[in-house]
Amino acid sequence: MTAFIMRRLIGMVAVLFAVSVLVFIVFILLPGGDPAERMAGKNPTPENIHNIREKWGFDKPFYVQYARMMQKALNGLTPGPHSEYDILRSFDTRQDVVHEIVKGIPATMSLCIGAAIIWLFFGIVVGVVSAVTAGTVSDRLITILALVGISMPVFWLGIVLRFFFAETNTWFPDGGYVPLTSDPTQWFYHLLLPWFCLAVLFIGFYGRVLRSNMLDSMGEDYVRTARAKGLPPRAVLQRHVLRNSLIPIVTLFGLDFAAVLGGGAILTETVFDLKGVGWYAAQSVGGLDLPPIMGVTLYGAFFIVFFSAVVDFLYAYLDPRVRPA
Amino acid sequence: MAERLLEVKGLKVRFTTEDGVVRAVDDVSFELDRGKVLGVVGESGSGKSVTAMTILGLTRDKNTAFEGEVLYRGENLLALPEARLREVRGNEIAMIFQDPMTSLNPVYTVGDQIVEAITTHEQASKQEAKRRAVELLRQVGIPNPQERVDDYPHQFSGGMRQRAMIAMALSCNPDVLIADEPTTALDVTIQAQILELLDRLRADFDSAVILITHDLGVVAEVADEIAVMYAGRIVERASKRQLFYDPQHPYTWGLLGSIPRLDRPKPKKLASIEGMPPSLINLPQGCRFRPRCPHSFEKCFEEPDLTNRVEERGHLDRCWLSVEEKRMRRTQTIAGEARVA
Repeated sequence: MTAFIMRRLIGMVAVLFAVSVLVFIVFILLPGGDPAERMAGKNPTPENIHNIREKWGFDKPFYVQYARMMQKALNGLTPGPHSEYDILRSFDTRQDVVHEIVKGIPATMSLCIGAAIIWLFFGIVVGVVSAVTAGTVSDRLITILALVGISMPVFWLGIVLRFFFAETNTWFPDGGYVPLTSDPTQWFYHLLLPWFCLAVLFIGFYGRVLRSNMLDSMGEDYVRTARAKGLPPRAVLQRHVLRNSLIPIVTLFGLDFAAVLGGGAILTETVFDLKGVGWYAAQSVGGLDLPPIMGVTLYGAFFIVFFSAVVDFLYAYLDPRVRPA
Repeated sequence: MAERLLEVKGLKVRFTTEDGVVRAVDDVSFELDRGKVLGVVGESGSGKSVTAMTILGLTRDKNTAFEGEVLYRGENLLALPEARLREVRGNEIAMIFQDPMTSLNPVYTVGDQIVEAITTHEQASKQEAKRRAVELLRQVGIPNPQERVDDYPHQFSGGMRQRAMIAMALSCNPDVLIADEPTTALDVTIQAQILELLDRLRADFDSAVILITHDLGVVAEVADEIAVMYAGRIVERASKRQLFYDPQHPYTWGLLGSIPRLDRPKPKKLASIEGMPPSLINLPQGCRFRPRCPHSFEKCFEEPDLTNRVEERGHLDRCWLSVEEKRMRRTQTIAGEARVA
């Protein structure tokens, strides 16, 4: 157990390091990425640019710049007073990146956890119903709906939802976020549309995956054994078919959840004006603003690595065959 | 006279598929008395597994049609509603399957799966059921059952898994045990052990056994009566002694001939039955074995009934050849010398 956690922690540090180096290199190589020129504004004098370079350290070799940036990012995570240039700041707005990300976390968490509950629940319902009724009209209908759900782009669906349910009819608030702590009802009310919008794609996808897993399981010999024992169909389905079919769903869910939590819900957050981590990422990418992009990427990578460790752990619990002897 | 447990009468099973109607089992009849072992022999697709699964109603489906009767202690299982049939399954008639590697659910312990079988049919507490599971595992020869009961199937060897399957099948003390190719996936030494175990348990539990196999060597060990199936039909049925010493059907000869023997001179090539079994959608006219039979003649375009043709009562076969001719010709067939004309 301790060995498992240690291995995972070392792996996490390695992944975060690799990701940060990659992000950094991409920005060095990217045309138009010179931050000094972007920061100097319109019609700068060479002297202006030179000063900015010196002040921000852009004249240093890239590995020094990288090390400085990482140092600053770490400073932002540790408490204590830091001077103006010792924390990671946006090139554009000069705001503290870590602080901005932390500010976005409640909105992102609210969106993702709610949507995840919806998509997991309905994904399983859709999968089970279509597997049990495989080949009938209801299965075909569900299949079509699932494919429609998978095919609808999130930005389009979001805009359509807003148009019909928040603008044409004002049943729902038109975007925005109300913190859970200030008004739980409004929080819920504001999040319903975004939750649904983010969940639709996953519901369709999970439903399809679960359906085919279950159909595979139903043909397994151990399911025949369970029936030959005299188990009622419901018990066969729950204990033998569904139990085994859910194992791959756990993997999918862990990684998908980590991705949206780590800022992957860019489109949903942007369309519904939820100022979360994904929204912040979208803003920063638009401005080729390296520090926030670095910050959000590392933040997202952290969740991916963390949840893939959680998935491995759950896997060992769900499937005794992968447990270490 | 022993108690008659199971009587299958004129059983027909048809599957409607996209390619046509598959006549998987066509007019199969047999009886099974308490304490007896019936061996059902035939190659893949001969309908032996479908017959077995149909007894338990496991082939029930909207695309399956049944005819005939499966009488268990006089009650027709084919006509029973599913809920009542579930009380029979695993409780009065239990089944073990070919591949012990895949027949146990990998995510539950062996003990849990035996407990599940017990609690499905009996009002037993979990502790009580678990205690019985340990006892059953001991009876089927699992060493250290107290600890092994909490193992998962992948921690068992193939032979141990089949023993666990047998323990599970016996957990409710069934009258009839159907063993569908129980030794096929196991190596030869384990095969012998499992057969011995089945035979011992049959005596201990006083049940009857249907032993399905494609290997005549397996039924030679333990069966009292043997039914040979071909293309959905029984082509010969006799006591074990009769079938091995006075086989009547050319298909049986072929099966006997394809067993490698140590007590005869080694042939250049092991005899085999030429050709393939017919499609169960387009059956040949007349005798179903005719296209592969080295002894077929005009009369074979008409299908023979399964009746008693020899002196010994209870020895039935489906072949037009006269008994004298059969006795004359079979030696060369069994030795692999006759060929399809």
